[in-house]
Amino acid sequence: MVQWTDFERATIKAIFAKIDSAVVGPAALSRCLVVYPWTQRYFGKFGNLFNADAIRSNPNVIAHGKVVLDGLARAVQNLDDIKATYAELSVLHSEKLQVDPDNFKLLADCVSIVVAAQLGKDFTPEVQAAFQKFLAVAVSALGKQYY
Amino acid sequence: MSLTDKDKAAVKALWSRISKSADAIGADALSRMLVVYPQTKTYFSHWADLSSGSAQVKGHGKTIMGGVALAVAKIDDLTNGLLDLSEKHAFQIKVDPANFKILAHCLLLVIANLFPADFTPEAHVSMDKFLGNVALGISERYR
Repeated sequence: MVQWTDFERATIKAIFAKIDSAVVGPAALSRCLVVYPWTQRYFGKFGNLFNADAIRSNPNVIAHGKVVLDGLARAVQNLDDIKATYAELSVLHSEKLQVDPDNFKLLADCVSIVVAAQLGKDFTPEVQAAFQKFLAVAVSALGKQYY
Repeated sequence: MSLTDKDKAAVKALWSRISKSADAIGADALSRMLVVYPQTKTYFSHWADLSSGSAQVKGHGKTIMGGVALAVAKIDDLTNGLLDLSEKHAFQIKVDPANFKILAHCLLLVIANLFPADFTPEAHVSMDKFLGNVALGISERYR
């Protein structure tokens, strides 16, 4: 089981209290689709992903970005059992969506960068460490049901 | 993933906005790397003080950004432009090249943190490609 320090718990919860999933989610997802264009393979039904502007304003990307961040928020509510919390999601990503789990890390990196851009001075190295640890746990849990 | 003319223009444009803060960026990226990825501390066991504000971290951050500045100047031929640095990393320092990705992520994050308006997704993708090519240039002489 993942061990969280008091600092890590408090930091992760504080970040999610501060950020707006309707802002960070779409920003992170659209950034991922631009910076790592091969991730677009999973969004064939989303319509126009032709360039950065199209991606940024695509209503499906915007909606799905929020879904992703809300999913992360659920993990924050269940910090001591993220693996169980994500078991169904993991099966979904493996069997139905068939996402290469390496992509989770790419999206996680974009989430870190978007949050870093939002929080400015508050995003200290120690805060970054706690946040990235959380994302790594979420990413790992999402890959757990793959076989 | 080689650099297109568009990438090179984007990198140079972003660099012109951020280069006056190069020392601060380097120091911040390096201290984040040491905190967030503690395994990287193994390369600095000879330093007295690995903490964020230390003279050694600041000094080395500046050195790293000197390398980035050189890479920007040599962006049209990174392999040859970075040969000396490559020899240094290959034969003297022997950093596992996996760590270049880690430092690159920290650099990108610091730029996003300090220059959120300039670090658009378009600038991000070009800078990420650039740092990837810099890493390739530095690894050139490894084996």
